[in-house]
Order: sequence, then structure tokens, then C-alpha cells
Amino acid sequence: MISIQSLSHHYNNGPILKFPDWEILDEEQWLLLGASGSGKSTLLNIISGLLKPENGQVKLNETDVYSLSFKEMDRFRGQNIGIIFQKPHLIKSLNVFDNVALASSMADLKINKSRVMDLLSSLGLADKTKNYPEELSQGQLQRVSIARALVNNPALLIADEPTSSLDDENAEKVIKILTQQASDNHASLIIATHDKRVKDKLNKEYLL
Amino acid sequence: MNILRLSTKNLLRNKLTTFLNIILVAFGVAILSILFLASTQIGNKLEQNAKDIDLVVGAKGSPLQLILSSIYHIDFPTGNIPLKDATELMQNPMVKKAVPLALGDNFQGHRIVGTDSGFVGLYGLKLAKGKFWTKDLEATIGSSVAAEAHLKVGDKFFGAHGLSDASDEHKHHAYTVTGILQAQGNVTDNLILTNIGSVYKMHEPEHDEGETHTEDAEINNKEITAILIQYRSPMSVVIFPRMVNQSTNMQAASPAMESARLFSLIGVGIETLKWFAVLIMAISALSVFISLYNAMKEKKYDLAVMRSLGASQFKLFSLVMLEGLLITVSGAILGLFIGHFALQVIGDYQESSQARLTGFYFVNEEFYLIVAGLIIGVVASIIPALQTYRVDIASTLSKEK
Repeated sequence: MISIQSLSHHYNNGPILKFPDWEILDEEQWLLLGASGSGKSTLLNIISGLLKPENGQVKLNETDVYSLSFKEMDRFRGQNIGIIFQKPHLIKSLNVFDNVALASSMADLKINKSRVMDLLSSLGLADKTKNYPEELSQGQLQRVSIARALVNNPALLIADEPTSSLDDENAEKVIKILTQQASDNHASLIIATHDKRVKDKLNKEYLL
Repeated sequence: MNILRLSTKNLLRNKLTTFLNIILVAFGVAILSILFLASTQIGNKLEQNAKDIDLVVGAKGSPLQLILSSIYHIDFPTGNIPLKDATELMQNPMVKKAVPLALGDNFQGHRIVGTDSGFVGLYGLKLAKGKFWTKDLEATIGSSVAAEAHLKVGDKFFGAHGLSDASDEHKHHAYTVTGILQAQGNVTDNLILTNIGSVYKMHEPEHDEGETHTEDAEINNKEITAILIQYRSPMSVVIFPRMVNQSTNMQAASPAMESARLFSLIGVGIETLKWFAVLIMAISALSVFISLYNAMKEKKYDLAVMRSLGASQFKLFSLVMLEGLLITVSGAILGLFIGHFALQVIGDYQESSQARLTGFYFVNEEFYLIVAGLIIGVVASIIPALQTYRVDIASTLSKEK
């Protein structure tokens, strides 16, 4: 469902980054491994439609992502790709429910209240829906950001270094949640990491 | 969750800043709206009261004072003029209509005006109840007088000497109310109209002490306060006042010219206030700009997140614009509200009922104030809003916060 072909990119005065071809099938779960500076984030940005590569093609469900206009690409990303960042990056002026629902309205989709509630309760946040981000712990915030990434039923879930600032116990929990949620929601999963603790958790690896 | 709700929530998060900005805009708009409303109302009142009156002739003194006292019934009269000279002037061929006025008494602050039936025609007065005065000591009162002094047709009252104070009442003669006028929306609402004979009667006893007058001397000694004049032709504008001022012992004053002069006198103050208000609004624009600009630093993450969630650049641009516009437009609306409210309060405390201001009055300029609010909003938020186009989502979100 996702394929990248002969991708390469280079920043203004950096070296040329070349990415091996990659094909991800429906509901497959992959680790994207590589040392820092190897181009992990660049590749994720290219796949999620945030950064146009110099050469090559990204196809998601037969859509050539970079043949879309800017606006279409924004929409496409919102509806098909859920992204979890290193930091939760929630909107401080909105409560937990609204933060998750925001993902739907930003992608021009209708807000499905029961979907939001189901997701939040499956992540153990049922009683936090009316709370504001500053009232939550770091772990709770990250789970909210996972709910936000999943609310639109994306075909692909991307997590960028989700464990880097967590201790062993929480790192394991987060990986468990991500794999669990991805398969529950029938989404493919890419976890980009250089964290050794994550390595043996998923069976497919893409090495940079 | 549309962007309107989102920007409202963002604004509510920084309550104090938002409040300060709204208040700044509101003050500028309030001052301007008070100025607009008050000057239009005063201008309208001045115009209405002086309409159809081309010239006022009275005793020598300040022409402005003459106009104020005999048309607007605000200031004191300049003095009296001999009835004999006045009658001569009233019969001049250039005069189409001349109405004599005899002032000097009041009832509870409402001026008693001795005049003739020409006054009714000049102001187009209509009766609400009763009839017009015909005999001495009969009075027809304005609608506000009836309301404030609780007078009905048939009631009697005593006039007091002077134009505002009630200490020296003419106890010998009582006026009888014969009619109440319809509200005209001009100065006549606050006047008590009677014939000139009544005013003479009030002041007669002073003549009766000792001396005896011949009939002729009696007429020669009679005086009135002023004459309101309508010209027969516009040509007279140049000749007639000059004739009065040079060849008689009286002075002629034009309401149009004196009102214009009065406005140019207070105009400096209005102009200053206007610029002051514009300055406040400029400061408010700057303040809105600075708040939005500063907030962009923090908001960069929010915006990047929203982009990654699928929001287009234009959506984020509108989000920031909307925040600025919400502040300035709600400030403008609040300002108009404050302006009207303040004017109503001012009106309630005003002493001179002749020029009372009201907050329930709207002018077209107020619409421009809302537009001004919009423009300030656009000017203040365009630069911060354009910055949303420069947010690099990928690098912003991978940076540590």
C-alpha cells in the first residue's frame, strides 16, 4: 500500500541522501532504524507529505503523493496518515477531547464523538477528556497524541522517536500501545528510532 | 471545531492580553462615536431651531449671545429694544415675516416667551391638547414643560423673574394653561408661550409708582427683547443687517453665521479629541500586532501540528487573521456600546434641557467605525498571519520545545 521508489534528497549544503526502495503492505509494522543524521526524519517527512523529495516517487494506496497540489496534499495527509511526534505537541488552549477532535476538523472530516471517546478510553484516558494538556503527565500527553493520530482511521501510522525521552518501563508500554492500536485500527505502522530497546519489538526492519 | 472556535479559545487562553487589546480598541471607538453622535445631534438641534429664521434683531452686544438667547434660549438676552423701533423695522418691505419676542420670566427653569401668533407659524407648531393663547395671562406650553412640571390644560402657575431661578415670583398674576403643544423635537418643547401683553402685565406695578404716563409715553417706553425675521428675498441678506447695524440702535445677527462661528470655536476641541482617539486606535493596532507577533513564537508548534494534521496554509493564515479581527471588531462593537451608553448618561445629567443629548441615536459614521475596526484588525494581524506560511513543519516539530 505504500511504496517508495528511487528516492533521493539533499539539503542545501548537505550530502545527498539516497533511500532504498521500500514497500509496506497493509497492516504491516516496520521499524525504521538508523543512526542520527542518517536521514530518518527526512524520510518520514517525505513519506508523510511534508517535504518534497528531489527525485523519486511516494505512492500511498495508488496515489502519487507529490503529484497533489499543496492543499490536496494537506488534506490527503490529514485523512490518511497519522503522525506521532517525539513530543506530544498538544494545543494548550484545547482540552483533551478537543485536541483529538481537532485532527478530524483540520482534515475536513466530521467529528465522530463516539470514535474519539472509544479511542481515549482504549488508551486509558476516559476520565481525562475535559482536562487541559497542562494538567496531564508526560505519558498521558503522549497517549493523547496517539489518539489524535488515530482518530481519522489513517491507513498509515508514523511514530518518530516515540521512546527517546522515556524510561525503560514507559518505552515498552508505548511500543505496546502503538503496535496494539495500529493493528486494532488496521493501520500500517512505521516506528522510526535509534533506540536499542525497541529493536526486537517489531519483526520488520528498514535500515538506513 | 471550526477555526472561529479555535481562535476564540486561543484568545481566551490569554485573557488579560485580549482584554487589554479589546479595551484599547473600544476606547478609541467610544471617543470617536461620542464625538460623532454629539456633534451630529448638536448640529441637528441648532439647525432645526434656527430653520426658517434668517435674522435676529435685538439690543447691541454680542451677536452670538443674541442668537443663543433668542433662538436657542440658552444664554441671557443682550438687553431690550424699544417697541417703537422694532415695529418700524417689522414693517420694512424687505421683511416677509417678523415675530417679536419678550423674554425675562421663567417657570421652573422653562422660559416664558411673550410673542404673537407669528411664532406658531414660524415654528409650525401644532396643538396636542387645548387651544393657543388668545388673551393676556393665557399660556400654551411645550410638551416637555407639561411633562416635567406636571401641568394640564386649565392649571394655573406663577412666573418668576429671571430666566432660570425661581426666587422672585410674580405673585400678582397667575398664568392659565390653555393648551399643550405636540412634541416638536426642538427648543419649543421647553418653552411657555404667551402674548406680549402678559409679560408687560407682570412688570407693570413698577411703572405705577408715583409717575403718571400719557398714552403716548406709555407706548414709547415699552420694550421687547428681540425680533425673529424672515426675508422676503435672499437679496436682503446683504443689505438688511447692515441697515439695522448702521442706522438703528439695534443689532442684527444671522443664526447661520453665528452657529458656524460657534462650531468653529468648539471645533478645535473636537478636532483635538478626534486625533486623540485616532492615536488610541493606532496604539491599539500596535498592541494587537505585538501580542499576535509574540504569540507566534509559542504558536509555531501549534501551527505546525495543525499542518501535520492536514490543515492547509490558508486555514492557518485565516486562524491568525481571525484572532486579530475578533479582538478589533469586538472592541469596536464594545466601543460603540460604551459611546451610546456614555452619551445617554451625559444626557441624563445635562442641565440645559434645550440641547439634551441621547444615546438612542445612530449615525452612519458608526458603520465606518466598525469598518475601521476591521481595517485595524487586518493591519495588525497580516504580518503575524503571513508568518504561518513560513513555518517549516518538519523542522519545527522535531526540535525540542
